[in-house]
Amino acid sequence: MERVDLLVIGGGSAGMAAALQAKKEGVKDILILEKEDRLGGILNQCIHNGFGLTEFKEELSGPEYLQRFADQVIAEKIPYKLNTMVTNLSKNKVVTYSNSEDGIKQIQAKAVIMATGCYERNAGAIQLAGDRPSGIITAGTAQKYLNIHGYLVGKKIVILGSGDIGLIMARRLTLEGAKVICVSEINPYSAGLNRNIAQCLKDFDIPLYLSRTVSKVIGKNRVEKVVLTAVDQNYNFIPNTDMEIECDTLILSIGLVPYIELLEKIDCPTSSTKGAKVNSLMETEIDGVFACGNCLHVHDVVDFVTDEGRLAGHGAALYINDKFKDENVIKVNPGNNVSYVVPQTVNMDVDENVTFKFRVRKPLINQRLTIKSGENLLFKQVKPVLIPSEMVMISVPLEKLKEAKEEITLSLEDN
Amino acid sequence: MKELTCIVCPRGCSLKIDENMNVTGNFCPRGAKYAVSELTHPMRSLTSSVRVINRENTVVSVKTSGNIPKEKMFELMEHINTLKVQAPVNIGDIVSHNPLGLDVDIIITKKLD
Repeated sequence: MERVDLLVIGGGSAGMAAALQAKKEGVKDILILEKEDRLGGILNQCIHNGFGLTEFKEELSGPEYLQRFADQVIAEKIPYKLNTMVTNLSKNKVVTYSNSEDGIKQIQAKAVIMATGCYERNAGAIQLAGDRPSGIITAGTAQKYLNIHGYLVGKKIVILGSGDIGLIMARRLTLEGAKVICVSEINPYSAGLNRNIAQCLKDFDIPLYLSRTVSKVIGKNRVEKVVLTAVDQNYNFIPNTDMEIECDTLILSIGLVPYIELLEKIDCPTSSTKGAKVNSLMETEIDGVFACGNCLHVHDVVDFVTDEGRLAGHGAALYINDKFKDENVIKVNPGNNVSYVVPQTVNMDVDENVTFKFRVRKPLINQRLTIKSGENLLFKQVKPVLIPSEMVMISVPLEKLKEAKEEITLSLEDN
Repeated sequence: MKELTCIVCPRGCSLKIDENMNVTGNFCPRGAKYAVSELTHPMRSLTSSVRVINRENTVVSVKTSGNIPKEKMFELMEHINTLKVQAPVNIGDIVSHNPLGLDVDIIITKKLD
């Protein structure tokens, strides 16, 4: 069987950054497997601006951002295979893949980095009620049709869910001549960034209805109407609040889920992010298998995906060079009002700062963030505003972290 | 006093600007600049796509090389929708020079071999 030191599954932002970092740290034998016909992953269809502010101190479109990394992958002569689907990953890191040139092939890797991104929740995921005509489509699919192939998916559009892709598509579809009638969000707050509410909805006078969702789809062959109904705080429909809206398309922007089918098949433990549980060097609980980017937890900003990819590349390089330490780990728990924290454990023998990434359960103001190990306060900070749509990153100094003797909890309290 | 959301970066600061153009709530100087511009003459960058004539079912992404007046966005979109390119194209290639006299170019943002 063919062998490779590092196999990276997924050639998007996370995978390219991971491979480049591993190469930089001396890993010579690397292979990236990518299912699409070019490197870059989802950024290929994210043609809007706003990428790279942290990484390059510039505002780039998605394709410009990815090209900078694709160019480096090519310059570093890191081998990659396109149009290649990985069908299996075994616990001892034998990867099965297929493409039209190699057929079905197996390769033994010393370390594997999962960088497979995420998928969109669809109509089935929210038990969307009513008819099933054509014209119900996820925001990312509509984005691919428009930005890669040049097809407008509809003319009179209702968008369900206020995730960033939905907001960005509201603007893009409007500029291309479609009428976006409204965006409807089941929660009492938006799931997207404030800036996208401002520049994608307010700029074009597109109304955003909060605490309102689709209660019924009506249409024989094509979507003809949707019924939007208000919900109470328990997400139950409020009687007599129906709004019947004529439209030909319903776009769903209702959340993203880490895509980890390969890990699920080998019973890799997962966390509340729906991604794998990882230690502070991004290793999953399967020995030598690392994870990073949106297949670990869904990010809002690609620059942070790149960073996390580098960390996984660093971890994998240590592992391949037999310098990896994970004997002494301490568990990290999400505390009050925190929905998740990545990583889920800290490698205590590794002399590196640890960045905790987390999200809050609901919008909060004036909070005291604490990171405690038992009763020992390792870190505190006041946070004026926290919203679920923005991931928060907290870097804890090494000397503080070393004081941790028992499980670490990250919590928020009113200040 | 007017309140607005900064769109310069994903941080999305909540800005306040008074009658004398004093800005508060901004994390960085670009926020202050944005608030003043937004109240005097709002500008936006525009991203879109143009048809690639020698590739089936394919468009390539483009953007304005700088910001344009917000009220010109739809007019510029009409112009962009008439543009066509032939692959290969590279990032930075100019597809249209100074359209509508807006002092920006329409440039390619994606490499197509």
